[in-house]
Amino acid sequence: MVKKLITEDTKLFMTGNEVIAYAAVAAGAEFMYGYPITPQNEVMHTWCKLLPKTDAGFLQTEDEISAGFSTLGGILAGKKAFTATAGPGNVIMQDAMSMAEMNRLPFVCAVMQRGGPSTATVIYAQQETTLTCFGGNGEGYRIVYSTAGHQDLYDYTIKAFNTAWKYRFPTFILADGYQGKMREPVMAYDPEARGIDLIPATPYLRAEGVAGVDRKPVHLRNCFNLEEELMEVLDSYEEEFNRIAPEIAEYQEYKAEDAEVLIIAHGIVARSAMTAIDELRAKGIRVGLFRPITLRPLAVDPLRKAVSRAKQVLFTESANGQMARLALEKMYGLTTPYQTLYKMGVGVTGGDIIEKVEKMVKENNLVC
Amino acid sequence: MPNILTVPPRLPEAQNPDPGVSKFCPGCGHGMILKTLASAIDELNLQARAVYGCDIGCSLLSWNYMNIDTIQAHHGRTTPVIYGITRATPEAVGIAYMGDGGGLAIGAQHLVNAAVRNEKMLVILVNNTNYGMTGGQMAPTTLPGQVTETTPYGRDVEATGKPAKGAEMVSAVVDTEAAYVTRGTVNNLRQLKTMMKKGLQNVADGRGFSYVEALSVCPLNWRTNNVDTWDRLDEMEDFFKVGELVVPQGLEGVK
Repeated sequence: MVKKLITEDTKLFMTGNEVIAYAAVAAGAEFMYGYPITPQNEVMHTWCKLLPKTDAGFLQTEDEISAGFSTLGGILAGKKAFTATAGPGNVIMQDAMSMAEMNRLPFVCAVMQRGGPSTATVIYAQQETTLTCFGGNGEGYRIVYSTAGHQDLYDYTIKAFNTAWKYRFPTFILADGYQGKMREPVMAYDPEARGIDLIPATPYLRAEGVAGVDRKPVHLRNCFNLEEELMEVLDSYEEEFNRIAPEIAEYQEYKAEDAEVLIIAHGIVARSAMTAIDELRAKGIRVGLFRPITLRPLAVDPLRKAVSRAKQVLFTESANGQMARLALEKMYGLTTPYQTLYKMGVGVTGGDIIEKVEKMVKENNLVC
Repeated sequence: MPNILTVPPRLPEAQNPDPGVSKFCPGCGHGMILKTLASAIDELNLQARAVYGCDIGCSLLSWNYMNIDTIQAHHGRTTPVIYGITRATPEAVGIAYMGDGGGLAIGAQHLVNAAVRNEKMLVILVNNTNYGMTGGQMAPTTLPGQVTETTPYGRDVEATGKPAKGAEMVSAVVDTEAAYVTRGTVNNLRQLKTMMKKGLQNVADGRGFSYVEALSVCPLNWRTNNVDTWDRLDEMEDFFKVGELVVPQGLEGVK
C-alpha cells in the first residue's frame, strides 16, 4: 500500500501535471510506468519526487509502447498502475490500450493533448479526442473524462481509478498542456475522508494460492480462433458498456435552462465559453453551455434535451469538430440548426466566442 | 496388453494437460521447448512463483499450455508486459516466450532495453529462422540464401543484411556479473533444460536478466522432410553457435 500524502483538506497552488500526480497518490495508485513527452512530463517528475514519501513504484521505459504494456503488466499483477502520455505517444500507446480494451484491464492514463497530426505542437490542442475515445483496432470500449481545470484534474483522476477498477474498461483523463502547465488553486483531499470508497485492486495473475495446485491456472488471451467467438465476447462488452453508460456519463450545464444559443464545448474551451456567456448575458443575449464531461460515453439524453430547448447550437473546440462528431451522431433527428467555431490546435478565447455568438444572433434575428 | 492410446502422456507438473493434442504443426519444435521449460520449472520447484507470457506468432498457441498463470500479449510486447509484472511484484519469476520476429524485429527495442536495465526476467526466444504463423516470411534470423516467402530466390545478404545473432546482441549490452545469456537447441534437450534452469534460477535469485535462445525447427514452412529438417538444424548450429555466452557467479550448482 502507498502512503497517503493528503490526510485533510489542503489548498494547493500548483500546475495541473503536479495535481494529477498528487491525485493519483490520493487514489491509491501504486505504480507509474512512463516515457517522457511534452506536455505531460511533470506528472512523472512529481510522481518520482514523491516516491520517498509514498513508497510507490516507478519505471521509466524505453518508449510509450512499453510504458503502455508494462502498465498492463502492473495491473495484471494486481497493482493500481497508470501512465500518462500525449500526441505521438498517445498514437503508439494505442497498441497497449487496445489490449486493455480486449482483456478488460483497468488501464488508467492521463492524456495531456498537444497539437497534431504528427509532432505538430507541444503544448495545446483538443485533437486527441477521437484517438482517445476510439483509438485502436476496435470499438472504443473506453471511458474518457474531459477535464476543464485543476479541481477537475484532482477529482477526476481519483474517479478514473475507481471507474476503471469498478467497470474494468480502460479509463482516461483527457486534458491538455494548458491545464498541465498552468498553475491554479486546487482543494486536495483524502477521498476516503469524504466518503469516497476506493475500489481495491485485485490481481488477474498470481492471485492467492499456487496456480495448478491450489486453484486452476489463469490463462488470458486476446486472440480468438473463430469470428463468432470474438463477436460473442464483443456483444457482451457492448451490452455491458451500454448498461453502465448512464451510471458513468457526466455533463455540466451553465445557464443552459433558458438559452436560445447553446454552446457545446468540452475541456478548457468550456471555461472560455463560461466567460463569454457571462459577458453575453450582461448584453441581454440568452446563451448557455452544455459541456460533456464524459466524452465516452456521452450523456445522450441531457444533451438531446438541451439541444431541443435551444434555437441555435454552437460547437466550439480546438480541433476540427472531433467532439462535435461524437455529439452530432447522438443528436440524430433533432432539427436545431448549428454553427461551428473550430480552431485546430489553437485555444478558443471568450472573445472568439462572443464575436461568433453575436454574429449568429444578428444573422438569425434571434430575439434573446 | 495395454492399449497405448489410452495411456496419457507423462507431462511435467507445470504443463497443463487440458489442451490435449498439440496445436503446433507436425514436427514443430515449440512442443519440445515448452515441455523442457515446464520440466525446468518442476525441477526448481518454481510453480508457485512463475508467471508466463507468450507473444504473437506460433508462440501464442502456448497461451494455455502451462499449468501456471499466463498472459498472451501483442506482437513483440511480451517483454514489457512481463517486466511490468515483475517490477510490480518482484517475487514473481516472469517468463517471456517469443519467436525470433517478436524478439529481434518488432520487439527488439524491448529486448535490448530490458537487458540493459537488468530486468529480473527470463526471455526465451525460439529461433526457427522464419515467421511461422504468418506463412514463412524472412525473419531477422533467416540464413544466407534461405528461401522464404519474402526471399523466394534466397536471402540476399547484400540487400537484407546478415542474420541477427540475438544471444550475441544481448551479451553485448547486459551486466555480465548479473545476467545469464545462452543459446541452446532442440537437438539437445537435456542441455536446453539445464540452460533454462540456470536462466530461471538467475531470475529467482533476484540476480538479473536471463536470455535463453532455442534453435528450433519449422518443417512445414521450410518444406523439409525429417532428414532435411535436422540437416537444416545442423546448418543453423554452424551459424548460431550453441553454448553459454554470459554466466554470472552463483549458478554453479544448477545442473
